[in-house]
Amino acid sequence: MIQLESLCKRYGESTVVDDVSMVIEPRTMTTIVGTSGSGKSTLLRMINRLVEPTSGRVLIDGNATTAEPAHLLRRRIGYAIQGLGLFPHRTVADNIATVPRLLGWSDERVRERVTELLELFQLDPGLYATKFPHELSGGQQQRVGVARALAAKPNVLLMDEPFGALDPIIRAKAQDDLLGIQRRFGTTVILVTHDIDEAFRLGDRVAVMSQGRLLQHDRPAVLLTQPADPFVSQLIGAGDKSLKLLSLTTAGEIVEPGKVDGPAVPWSVTLRDVLAELVWSGAAAATVVGPDGGPIGHVTLASILTRGRQAA
Amino acid sequence: MQRIDRLGVLLSFVGALALTLLPLLVFKANRIVPGEPRALLDLLPTAALALYSTLAAAAAVAVFVQSPRVRLLAALIGIAALAVAVAAAADILTPADNRVVRVAPGAGFWIVLIALGLLATDALTRLRPGPVLRVATLAVFLAATLAALGSGFFDDLSIMREYAVNATRFAHEARRHLLLALGSLAAAVIVALPLGVLCHRQPRLRNAVLGALNVVQTIPSIALFGILMAPLAAMALAFPALAALGLSGIGAAPAAIALFLYSLLPIVGNTVVGLGRVSPAAVDAARGMGLTDGQILRQIELPLALPTILTGIRIVLVQNIGMVTIAALIGGGGFGAFVFQGIGQTAIDLVLLGAIPTVVLAFSASVVLDALTDLTRRVPR
Ligand SMILES: Nc1ncnc2c1ncn2[C@@H]1O[C@H](COP(=O)(O)OP(=O)(O)OP(=O)(O)O)[C@@H](O)[C@H]1O
Ligand SMILES: [Mg+2]
Repeated sequence: MIQLESLCKRYGESTVVDDVSMVIEPRTMTTIVGTSGSGKSTLLRMINRLVEPTSGRVLIDGNATTAEPAHLLRRRIGYAIQGLGLFPHRTVADNIATVPRLLGWSDERVRERVTELLELFQLDPGLYATKFPHELSGGQQQRVGVARALAAKPNVLLMDEPFGALDPIIRAKAQDDLLGIQRRFGTTVILVTHDIDEAFRLGDRVAVMSQGRLLQHDRPAVLLTQPADPFVSQLIGAGDKSLKLLSLTTAGEIVEPGKVDGPAVPWSVTLRDVLAELVWSGAAAATVVGPDGGPIGHVTLASILTRGRQAA
Repeated sequence: MQRIDRLGVLLSFVGALALTLLPLLVFKANRIVPGEPRALLDLLPTAALALYSTLAAAAAVAVFVQSPRVRLLAALIGIAALAVAVAAAADILTPADNRVVRVAPGAGFWIVLIALGLLATDALTRLRPGPVLRVATLAVFLAATLAALGSGFFDDLSIMREYAVNATRFAHEARRHLLLALGSLAAAVIVALPLGVLCHRQPRLRNAVLGALNVVQTIPSIALFGILMAPLAAMALAFPALAALGLSGIGAAPAAIALFLYSLLPIVGNTVVGLGRVSPAAVDAARGMGLTDGQILRQIELPLALPTILTGIRIVLVQNIGMVTIAALIGGGGFGAFVFQGIGQTAIDLVLLGAIPTVVLAFSASVVLDALTDLTRRVPR
């Protein structure tokens, strides 16, 4: 568990982070959204003490982060940033090995971990381990950046706009990968973004910041249905609230038994996508296909519409 | 249609002009009188014809052949033929056991040599050799030149005569020259590198330090030697212990200090520039992953800035090798001692005995450090 207690950061006259308190449950993904300059990065960087708070404190599993030297704290917390910050003079393998080496892992163990991570991120170790960052595509560099942040198996992973530079398709893929890894390893992830869709897609909870203040911190559906502040509804785009709500639920979650005549959709797509498919095909229901490729039931247009209406 | 190489045309034209208008050889009754030109054709008709046809062939290659390998070969053969012909003529012109007569290569020789040298360098550049190969080529070339000079075949040429007379002193001045150039460089690196790092961290310090070093750089070297003389002499007088260590107003001490001062700006400046170019994202990521400040400096910042820092060191080394020559004026020693002594005696051979090794040394230093810079540049710019 991570507790932020009345965190403030002031630079001279200006208050950049203003009395932010927040509890982050373990093994969840929290996204922080807000306009540019709202203090998202500063808040994130106070967790691993890249920025020292003017007042307030951070507790990780009940221990104040100031209890140990900052560099030792940081070795236990994964950190990935926009622009990646890969070391251009080091190979992919050496980049990933950075923290394990700092922690004094044996060469053998480091090598195994690097191979494991490269495979996890679908980068053939034989091909990519010895390459330099400039020899990789943007998407590959980004994966190496996340792999490096995860190298020493941190319980906590801080990410500052990690997908900012990616095109939409690679970005969606990167988001899926991150979700998969987060669920698989139970990492507590705090991710800063100014892409509201990304925040909703990834976050178990979404924190909305404006001018240094935390406006709301809750589950995405709550943000949609009960925005705490006009700015929150403005930021998340009140106009397509219902569609946003639909995109928080997958077809698998509301599947009903029985066969229908209609287009087939995978169980993992969101209701928003199913709706689009139904509108496009003119059908009143869609067949839901399970993970093994066989039909597991159906969803109807009516049930989707009911789901979207709960917002009102 | 044959393509014509413009550089080849220019070099061939200059070479031909030099050969027709200027003497290949100069005969001097002794080492200080002005010489009188001698024609190779009169002395050694066969050798002369062989040389001229070799040079004509080299010129043809320079103009018409594109392949850098062939051009390099032509240039090297031309250089060898030129050297051999001049040495052979010197042998004929020098009466047996006459130690006074001097036969020197004339202006024509030097110009053709430079033209061939340019042709060779141009061909080498077009071959784009890697850093290791460049240093290896330099080493082979230097070794071949030294072996040729040591063979005795060139002993009748005036510069070699001058060398024979000064052989022990030559070794001594060479050591002195290298010691002054490299010693002041080493001292400067030890001071300038940390200073550069500090300046990178403290923008306010940077302006003050770079400003001060810029002022030092604008002082002409002779003036700086002069400025240093008085305080050093006074210090030597006040602290006999220092004087016993060799400190005095003239000699190696002011020379070393002046060279040291001149060396600071390029190294501090390039360290600051190199560190400034390191990606802030990389440094931020490093800090965020738990590297300490020292680890960030050693593992990230310095390795990434190294090529730029080495460029500064190269500038300093080449500059020092040249400037040590001037240090001879205040008794600093080095090859400059020959140069100034030669000027004093109007003995041009002695001047060349000092000047040529200086140029070769500076050129070699530049090639080696360039190669090092390339080797450390793992990341394309
Ligand atoms: N070291 C600093 N000194 C002074 N002001 C700073 C410093 N770091 C950040 N700020 C200011 O604090 C404010 C918040 O910065 P921060 O980087 O946290 O914003 P952000 O929400 O991450 O914005 P973005 O989406 O553009 O990354 C900005 O106005 C910025 O100018
Ligand atoms: Mg930011």
